[in-house]
Amino acid sequence: MLKNRIIPCLDVKNGRVVKGINFVDLKDAGDPVEQAKIYSDGGADEICFLDITASNENRDTIYDVVEKTSKKCFVPLTVGGGVRSVDDINKLLSCGADKVSINTAAVENSKVVVDSSKKFGSQCIVVAIDAKKNEDKWEVFTHGGRNNSGIDALEYAEQMEKNGAGELLVTSMDRDGTQVGYDIDLMSKISSKVNIPVIASGGVGNLDHMVDGIKLGKASAVLAASIFHYGKYSVKEAKDYLDSKGIPVRI
Amino acid sequence: MNVTIVDYKSGNISSVINSFEEVAKDKVNIEVTSDLNKIKSSDKVVLPGQGSFKSCVEALNNINGLKDILNEFAITNKKPLLGICVGLQMFADIGYEETETKGLGWIAGKVSKIDNQNGKFKLPHIGWNQINIVKDSKIFKDIKENSHMYFVHSYEFIPEDKNVISATTDYSSNIVCSVEKENIFGTQFHPEKSDKMGLKIIDNFINL
Repeated sequence: MLKNRIIPCLDVKNGRVVKGINFVDLKDAGDPVEQAKIYSDGGADEICFLDITASNENRDTIYDVVEKTSKKCFVPLTVGGGVRSVDDINKLLSCGADKVSINTAAVENSKVVVDSSKKFGSQCIVVAIDAKKNEDKWEVFTHGGRNNSGIDALEYAEQMEKNGAGELLVTSMDRDGTQVGYDIDLMSKISSKVNIPVIASGGVGNLDHMVDGIKLGKASAVLAASIFHYGKYSVKEAKDYLDSKGIPVRI
Repeated sequence: MNVTIVDYKSGNISSVINSFEEVAKDKVNIEVTSDLNKIKSSDKVVLPGQGSFKSCVEALNNINGLKDILNEFAITNKKPLLGICVGLQMFADIGYEETETKGLGWIAGKVSKIDNQNGKFKLPHIGWNQINIVKDSKIFKDIKENSHMYFVHSYEFIPEDKNVISATTDYSSNIVCSVEKENIFGTQFHPEKSDKMGLKIIDNFINL
């Protein structure tokens, strides 16, 4: 039976790990390579690096981090943040990333998703959707949550599947950093709309939120940063808890 | 001993390289190349594969003489070869991803899209799934039944002769996830991304 995945995410800035509250107020907390190794040894099903401020800063440090991590961790490694072009994707994959997540570039130029999934295969193309609720719909935001594209998130998700995305990483902007739980409504609506796996992100504060994200939000995988990073729970505790709630996990 | 990972420009093979180097340490020489003479003279060959069946077969055909050298290595000389993901799928006679494409024809059978039962199962089949070992395979030494392996694929290999199947995994139906035919080995899952159990399979292959 296919297991639901738990994916710790490390927000990386200038080669160091940070995790912001609602994308601002950053705290520095550690070396990403060591952190990733701790997570993979602890049973993380995948590791995700998000180079958060990469869109407007020098991002060469991430290549070095990816290269070092991929020599130590033998679970899938997803890298996102500031990925603009097929060349960027190629460079990250060559450094040892297994998947690349594309956010702003996928909104601005759908050709990036079409071309990269053809060139490298859908399996390594994750489209990251930052969505914020506006009355009765969700809109897609770009540039680390700063710009509203006005695009309907559900329609966008469907389009990205057609364009060749292998997975969707869906982050609720309203919930990110709040620790009040994933936006279940958003997750389940997108997951029902597409036939590719959805990774739920944004807002997890306790392990019941993960259970809800999978059971109610129909997510194939749940992504979390703060609750793991600041030691509130270990990956193993999360898995044991999900297991006790009848969710299939790799233990 | 020399183990060659065939670099035929079929997507990202850095994880395959990293995992083999991690397992081999200084004991075994890992070569990453498309050089025909080096492949010919190596003791073992790894054939990775990412992307579509069609794109991988085309990439193989783009390197003059590579297909012949692989045939000679695996079929004539019967030296150990491990295919990973689309590397395994290419053992088949034919694949149906994008368009109908001829495979290497080493193990009779076809590669078709996984039946997702009208959307009941999401595709690609991504994530950790358990393997059911259906016959002893040399690469499964010390690998327990129901071990978790990492999968990413939408197409499955359906061999004609079921005796070549060494493991299956349950997703929509019983999907073939490992084969062994004499000196030819293949895994649909990614041992290079399957943590300790995956590295053990790589170790088993290196130590054949």
